[in-house]
Amino acid sequence: MTSVSEQQANYVLRVVEERRIRFVQLWFTDVLGRLKAFHVTPAELEDALEEGMTFDGSAIDGFSRVQEADVLAMPDLDTFQLLPWHTEGEGVARVFCDIATVDGAPFEGCPRNRLRRILGGAHDEGFTFFVAPELEFFYFDSLESAGPPHPVDLGSYFDLGTDNVVGRLRRDTVRTLEEMGIPVEHAQHEDAPGQHEIDLRYTDALTMADTVMTVRHVVKELARQVGVAASFMPKPLAGVQGSGMHTHLSLWRDDTNAFFDDGDRYGLSPLAHQFIAGLLTHAKEITAITNQWVNSYKRLVPGNEAPVHVSWARNNRSALVRVPTVKKTKVTSTRLEYRAPDSAANPYLCFAVILAAGMAGIRGGYELPPEAAGNLFTHTEDSDLPMLPTSLKEATDTMAGSELLHETLGEHLVEWFLRNKRAEWAAYAETVTPFELDRYLPLL
Amino acid sequence: MSGPGADRTRTVACIPALTDELAAAGRLAGLLAEAAADVAVLAARLAAAPNDLAAVVVDATRCSPADAMAACKLLRRLDPPFAPILVVVALEQLDELSLRDELFDDFFVSSADPRELAARLRHVLVQSGSTATSSVVEHAELTVNLENYQATIAGRALDLTYMEYELLRFFATNPGRVLTRETLLNRVWGYEYYGGARTVDVHVRRLRAKLGEEHAHLISTVRSVGYRFG
Repeated sequence: MTSVSEQQANYVLRVVEERRIRFVQLWFTDVLGRLKAFHVTPAELEDALEEGMTFDGSAIDGFSRVQEADVLAMPDLDTFQLLPWHTEGEGVARVFCDIATVDGAPFEGCPRNRLRRILGGAHDEGFTFFVAPELEFFYFDSLESAGPPHPVDLGSYFDLGTDNVVGRLRRDTVRTLEEMGIPVEHAQHEDAPGQHEIDLRYTDALTMADTVMTVRHVVKELARQVGVAASFMPKPLAGVQGSGMHTHLSLWRDDTNAFFDDGDRYGLSPLAHQFIAGLLTHAKEITAITNQWVNSYKRLVPGNEAPVHVSWARNNRSALVRVPTVKKTKVTSTRLEYRAPDSAANPYLCFAVILAAGMAGIRGGYELPPEAAGNLFTHTEDSDLPMLPTSLKEATDTMAGSELLHETLGEHLVEWFLRNKRAEWAAYAETVTPFELDRYLPLL
Repeated sequence: MSGPGADRTRTVACIPALTDELAAAGRLAGLLAEAAADVAVLAARLAAAPNDLAAVVVDATRCSPADAMAACKLLRRLDPPFAPILVVVALEQLDELSLRDELFDDFFVSSADPRELAARLRHVLVQSGSTATSSVVEHAELTVNLENYQATIAGRALDLTYMEYELLRFFATNPGRVLTRETLLNRVWGYEYYGGARTVDVHVRRLRAKLGEEHAHLISTVRSVGYRFG
């Protein structure tokens, strides 16, 4: 009998033929969350679907191991999708890949495999993990000019015109995403000049990680086509807010939202209490993953709507974990919002460590600390609440000592990640910044 | 040839149960196979609405040959007599079919490949003049071509993933019916898929996104039950 995967392969091959696809891009993600791709022609596709594509993993950061350089990219046919911005007759499609060793075992350094494994663990306990991120980013004139980048809608030339260009660009982007089967909840201009936000509708965490990769690519690609430069850098401009990826989380057991409980004064189940406690307990350990760049920590500062303290609260946008109010008639949308991640995180690893932290709370039966009161944005470091790491160095040092992170990501990924991030910190530490020159040169 | 079956559904009932092979054969023939455990209930349904089924498959390997023939007889006694009926037998049951040719339209031996079953299903449907054999399902501005897997809305090609295509096909071949999330999960994803009913909601939302705002209403939500197409 033909198996589902054979039927799927037939479907994909048939679509390639009917839609006259010229190239299929095999997409995968490196450890730092950067999208990589091979192009195969339709003639090569059948073999690629069956046997995967061999490539030299050492050519890609985080995939290298001296003794076994070759790895396989195995297409995940569920993700086969035409890219709508390519014209008819010159169609291009993409398919996400998992990375395997040449003997077919899941490759330890593949973030997608890693997330799959963590989701599988939760599934074995009866849980499905849904996430809905809000992606923030900036549109700039160019990414190449010296000095701070110029947000497009601050352009000194005809303001109305620029506004139209950007408004149309965002609308086209949302339409393209919808055509690709990516439902968008909202898209709006954000607080900072040139800053925009796309809120995605919840889906399972693996599909969502693929979706985040796709959205980042589509946003940049469509901007490029109209001469605008999009960036997901966490904090591109001083003095205004950075680009976060606030992530809404819910756990489901069969068809029931496992976070909801009618009897609780917060509307949260004991399980949700434990999950929040897990997030708070391990927040510092997972920050190196949710905020992985030197620049990420320029966003996590007081006063710009980013969390600084390890705390939770209902409907308080300054907390690290926020519990949004849900309508009595919409209790199925009970969820938590984790506000630390930024738009430049690796979504696979980010969702994996968030789930792992929450599940540690459930498995360990952690106690929920009291809700934080007041506006935490105005709190200073005197607050007795614990602080999130304030630098990449502090975050990676915390991660290095975390049993949870070693367990969740595996030795291969942790070792490579720490090596890479320590090198990044060392390079940064050696840099003499404009801040220092401006401040010290005339003075000292 | 046209006949009473001209506007029949694309559903095939399988007595007494639906096996993986029959489900696969149905899929290959662009039909929807469902289980019908109770022949009397099925006969009553057909008496009221003769076009409710495209065909009936009676699996003698899952009940006794005597029960299978009794089921055929009941369906043939309806007014008008129901056709087409296909009988599945084990090789050693072949003799049971002799002198009973009027009770069924075709048969196959249970070891056959689902592709053969699919071909036979299509063949008997063509002979009975049912439009269910057409490989293109149309509904308002939507067309789904079951042969080349292409779907269009108002002339625009829809680029669907495999599961989205399967879901849309299932909807389009069952217009007007309220389909529960469980039905959709079982019939489109198969029993082994995990993720629960949320998976259905997520895919329906994706499908609506691809249909576009103007056509998203083709799939309507039936509160706390499931979905209806058309």
